[in-house]
Formats: sequence, C-alpha cells, structure tokens
Amino acid sequence: MSDLAMTEKPEPAADPLDALVQGGGDGYKYGFVTDIEADEAPPGLDEGTVRFISAKKGEPAWLLDWRLKAFHRWQRMSPPDWAKLNIASIDYQASTYYSAPKTGTGPKSLDEVDPELLKTYEKLGIPLGERAALAGVAVDAVFDSVSVATTYKDKLADLGIIFCSFGEAVREHPDLVRRYLGSVVPQGDNFFAALNSAVFSDGSFVYVPPGVRCPMELSTYFRINAAKTGQFERTLLIADKGAYVSYLEGCTAPQRDENQLHAAVVELVALEDAEIKYATVQNWYPGDENGKGGIYNFVTKRGACRGARAKISWAQVETGSAITWKYPSCLLEGDGSVGAFYSVAITNNLQQADTGTKMIHIGRDTSSTVISKGISAGRGQNTYRGQVKVMPKADGARNYTQCDSLLIGKKCGAHTVPYIEVRHPGAKVEHEATTSKISEDQMFYCQARGLTQEDALSLIVNGFCKEVLKELPMEFAVEAQKLLAVSLEGSVG
Amino acid sequence: MSKLLEIRDLRARIVGGRDILKGIDLDVAPGEVHAIMGPNGAGKSTLSSVLAGKPGYEVTGGSVLYQGRDLLALPADERAREGIFLAFQYPVEIPGVNNMYFLRAALNAGRRQRGAPELDASQFLKAVRDKLKLLDISDDLLRRAVNVGFSGGEKKRNEIFQMAMLEPKLAILDETDSGLDIDALRVVSDGVNRLRDANRAIILITHYQRLLDYIVPDHVHVLSEGRIVASGDKTFAAELERTGYAHLGTAA
Ligand SMILES: Nc1ncnc2c1ncn2[C@@H]1O[C@H](COP(=O)(O)OP(=O)(O)O)[C@@H](O)[C@H]1O
Ligand SMILES: [Mg+2]
Repeated sequence: MSDLAMTEKPEPAADPLDALVQGGGDGYKYGFVTDIEADEAPPGLDEGTVRFISAKKGEPAWLLDWRLKAFHRWQRMSPPDWAKLNIASIDYQASTYYSAPKTGTGPKSLDEVDPELLKTYEKLGIPLGERAALAGVAVDAVFDSVSVATTYKDKLADLGIIFCSFGEAVREHPDLVRRYLGSVVPQGDNFFAALNSAVFSDGSFVYVPPGVRCPMELSTYFRINAAKTGQFERTLLIADKGAYVSYLEGCTAPQRDENQLHAAVVELVALEDAEIKYATVQNWYPGDENGKGGIYNFVTKRGACRGARAKISWAQVETGSAITWKYPSCLLEGDGSVGAFYSVAITNNLQQADTGTKMIHIGRDTSSTVISKGISAGRGQNTYRGQVKVMPKADGARNYTQCDSLLIGKKCGAHTVPYIEVRHPGAKVEHEATTSKISEDQMFYCQARGLTQEDALSLIVNGFCKEVLKELPMEFAVEAQKLLAVSLEGSVG
Repeated sequence: MSKLLEIRDLRARIVGGRDILKGIDLDVAPGEVHAIMGPNGAGKSTLSSVLAGKPGYEVTGGSVLYQGRDLLALPADERAREGIFLAFQYPVEIPGVNNMYFLRAALNAGRRQRGAPELDASQFLKAVRDKLKLLDISDDLLRRAVNVGFSGGEKKRNEIFQMAMLEPKLAILDETDSGLDIDALRVVSDGVNRLRDANRAIILITHYQRLLDYIVPDHVHVLSEGRIVASGDKTFAAELERTGYAHLGTAA
C-alpha cells in the first residue's frame, strides 16, 4: 500500500485539523473563510484549551473536571496503529479546538455555493431547501428546518421523550447526563475517545422513558446546523425499560468545508426489554480522485444492552471520508440480550476503510448477528475487522457473522480480519466470508436489457448490499441506494 | 420490405484470438423469423454476442446496419434500448436484485430512450399481469432475485418473459430450447409464437431441429466454422434433420 497518496504529507494548509476554523484546505476553496477570531480558542491543545471550551459553553464544574480527566488520560496515550490504514501523522498542536458556530458566516445564497456540490445534492434527490441547509447557506430555509425540529420536540415532550442537543441536556437534564456519560465508552477507551471526551463540542441527547415507544424516527438531520459546529460530537442515547427508539444519524451530502479529523463518540444504553435501532449514512467528503483532502473519520460507537432481553442494532452505510476507522459495538450484558451490526462500506479512489464491530457476549443466552458488505473500487482499501468475544458466564451465546467483499477493478483491496475469542465451551460462533468481483457477465446482462453502465453497476452493488439496506428505515434506504451509485461514479468504463 | 438488419461480410473474434466469424452475410426484414442452426462451436453465440455488443469481441471486418444505422458503433445498452433483445443461452444471476425491479428498470430505460413516459409501479404491474398469462410464469418467480436459484427451464422462460415485456424489434434467441423438457419447450415456443408480429423480427439460434417443429421459421441458415454455408426455407430444416450438417462442409 506504499503507493497510496495518504502516506504523504498533504499540501500545506491541508493538515487534517488545520481547516477546523482556519479555512484551510477545501474550506478555503469553497468560500467559508470568515474572520471569527474572537470566537476561537488559541491553536493547540492544553489544559487551557479544555477550560476555554468548557467556559465558552458555560458548563458546570463536574463536566469540566470530567473533560480535564479525559485530557490527562489522552496526553498519556498514542494513536492506535493496528488498523490497516495509512494515516498521515496528525499534528494535534497545530489545530484549533473551538470555534463558534458558523451561523451567518457561510455563503449568503445558493449562488455562492460551488455548483459541483449542488449537483451532487441534486443527484441525491435532496430538496432545494435542504440543499441550502447542507451547503451551510444562511437563509431562512435553514432556520425553517430548525423550527421543524422544535415542533417535533414538543410532540415528543408530551411522551416524556427528551431529544435535544448535548449542551442543552447538560443544562436541563444534568442527572441523566452524569449517570450515563462515559458509562459505555470510558474516557480512556482509546486515543480518539479520550480526545473527544476532552474537547467534544456538541451532539445529541436522547432519553426515552420506560415503556414508551418513540413514534417517529429521530434524526440529527433536523439539526444540521448544530451538527456543523464541531468535529467532536458526542451522542448519548438511553432507552429505559421496555422503551423503543429508532435513530438516524448522518448527513447524506459531502461537507466540503470540513476537511479534517472527525472524532465522534456515540454511547447507547438499552435497559431491560428496551430496543434501540441506530442507523448511519455517512458521506463525508472522501477527498478527490488523487486522495487529496477528505475527512479522517475516527469514531467510537458502542451500545450496552444493560438489561435482560435488551436489543441494539447498528446499521451503517459508509461511503464517504478519506479514512474510516469505526467499530460500532454491542456489550451484551443482560441475559437474552441481542446485538446486530449491518454494514455497507464503500471505498473508491484512494479511500480507506477499516470498519467492523465488536460483539461482547457477557450475559446468558445472548445472541448477535453481523452482516458486513465491503465494496472496493478504484484503489480503495476496505478492511472488515470484527471481534466476537464470549465470556465464561455466557451460557448459550450465539453469533453469526457474514462478511462479503465485492471488488470493482483490479487495483483495490478487500481484507477480512475476524477475531474470535470464545471462553465458553458451549458457545456457537459461525463465520462466513466471501470475496467476489463484479462479473462482466452481470454487467453485460444488465446492459443487454438497456441499462447504462452506471445503472448496471449501481443495480448490482445494491443487490449485493440488499441484506443491509433492508435494515435501514425506508426513506433512508432510498437515499442510501442513490448514494451508492454516486460514490461509485467513474469506477467503471 | 425494407431491411431491419443487414449483415455484410462480418468478421469477428474474441480480443486477441483467431477469427471466429469469417464473413457472415444475413438480411432480416421486420416480421421475419430466421433460424440459425449449426454444430457446437460454429460461432452461433459469437454472432449473437457481436450483434448484442458484448465487450471482449473485436470486429475485424464487414458491417452491420440496423434500421439503416451502423449498429457496431453503438454500445450494448443503447442497442438494447433501440429494440435489440438477446435471450441468453446462459442467463446470468444477479443476487439481491428483485426480478420485477430489474425488469421495470429495463423497461423504463427503453421508454426513456423513445421519449415515452416511464411506467409507475401500478402501471408496470398491470403490464406484467397481461404478459404473465402468456408464459405460465408463477408470481413467485417474479419476487425472487434475477435468475437466482431458477431452474434451467425457469431461466429460459424468464428470458422470454423479459422479451414479452420489452417488446423488441429484433429478438435474438440463443439456444432458448436447450435444457428444456418437452412441456417447457411447448410453453416457451407458444410464448414466442404469440410474440411474432409484423413489426418484430426473430433470429432463432439452435442446434436442434426440434425447436423448429414448434416455432416455424421463414428462413433457415446453417452456420458452420464461422460462415453461413447453406440457407433455405422452412422445409430446409426437415431436410437437414435427415442429411445432417456434415455434407455442407465449409463452402465459401
Ligand atoms: N470465451 C471464449 N474464449 C475463447 N474461445 C471461445 C470463447 N467462447 C467461444 N470460443 C470459441 O469460439 C468458437 C465459437 O463458439 P460459439 O460462438 O460459442 O459457438 P456456438 O454458439 O455455435 O456453439 C468456438 O471454437 C469456441 O471454442
Ligand atoms: Mg452457443
């Protein structure tokens, strides 16, 4: 993999963290540069930075202490190097860790937005108003969508469901936040989780009370502006006993102004008989055909099935980012709890993905299912890395893992790295893996029925991903299908 | 009657290989059914692949006009949208892609090309119901992934069903009869016969005379070693049945 451009230090000003607020990299190119010095932390990361962030957000002392503890842990840690990724070294001191929301600093109208970007939105079928929001245009349409969120919030409040920004949760529901923050992903879990714990900007908070079935899909989509405030989001989602919630995360459009590190943490807690479905469609900017730019997506996502019969399912469609490092996992603590991971990951051009899951069977009769579909095109490198661990007390634990890789072209790579650790003799662990190439016969068959090369490829790829796509909420599945097609553009012919 | 297809001295090979087609001449008018017979390895599938535009083949000489246009200049998908349909000798499986979904995508691709409005799900379903009766195809087959787990007979029936839906101007049926038992052969042949139309030409490729008992062609040709070595009317097939191909040799 030494021929990959990612191993080289990118052009000046394209340091992954540099563009955070400085307008480096693509942020500059697309006209998002604005003088916002007054609202920035000084570059670099030390205790002062953490205090600055916490003070800016008006946080209580306990949270500042929590951040500082995380920061001190982080100082003693080093970035993980076990993934099959080539990562240009990141200078964490050269970056800026706090910037005020960009509201009002973006382009004033759609005319000022890069037409290429708009074309992509159009291809994705995103309505005009939302396209404006996604491009960061400070027009009323954006705020329309904020008020939409507020409307839903009232409806949800009637059911006792809390759905708000992380910052708001800290102010309004400090007890819940304190009880669960860091309870699934400890601060010192890994380098990026520690970094996030120290400097996280904002994120989402969800609490569904006992026995309540959340009547609608919750989505960060409505709060796209808030999500843009930082690359260190923190999501905390709690389903109390017998509650049900389905959550959609992500932005299905390229975020060209955020050409840098994205280190989020997501924690899910499902109590007895609760069920959480968490779906992500990730399409951050992947960099150009030569591997310049793009997001480094280092995300820690984990759910704990804390009560008996709790269920957590992760579904993800990962098409963006220059580098994806992501292992949404389940801690199956409660007896009879159930974990699932459904994933589609695409790498095209010089994209790299190292993604998978961890299923940790702790309670009795716990079961987990893993379906992973990796698609590599161009010179993309795609690794499935998954761990199944069965602890000594997990009587009757079962896991089924199916890992399929699809190669498009000759220069890409697919890798499967399963770690199976079984400490209970009765555990039933199955692993199946396949690697196939898009066959010319399939392409020709489709073309002989009138489908263009692009449509044929998209059809075959969507078919390959079927088992995962059907786990996504309906409206998301349609978007995901279009996204797959867009992501693979230019990979044949 | 003006020609739908005019093949002149067509020579072709698999890229990098020796010529397989060594000078084919064939004229097909709308409404005509031409049978092309010949032993295994004669070049029948190569001819159909070249006409359909399969990648990996190289035309080394000659020309093909379709509706007066240079067919060989068009990519495969455009040929299909312009009304050329190839029923595959070995239909290809596409896992995870619903058969109906596939067919609708194909149908609408052709309609877009013609400037006709696309069919929505319910219009499409209605069209499907009408054609299903033609071929004794079960609903179940439509709900499955394209050709996945289909029996040999089901695959062939599905090809003809696609043909019925897509309503091509020129259908090339490559050994549609092979692997069919007598009942399936009858069903498929009935289907094809119902699709015979004054505006549609059919090229039937087979190496069994048996098929021609069910689908009676207007013309019969013998392809051998890359050339058409003999042609005749529908009675010619029966004659071949008696005499075989061997004596025809590889006449120039
Ligand atoms: N993929 C291939 N690679 C190399 N030779 C091939 C290939 N397909 C067919 N051939 C050769 O081309 C000739 C014609 O084959 P084909 O067109 O399939 O004949 P038919 O359909 O009449 O049985 C045969 O000699 C066959 O061996
Ligand atoms: Mg053949």
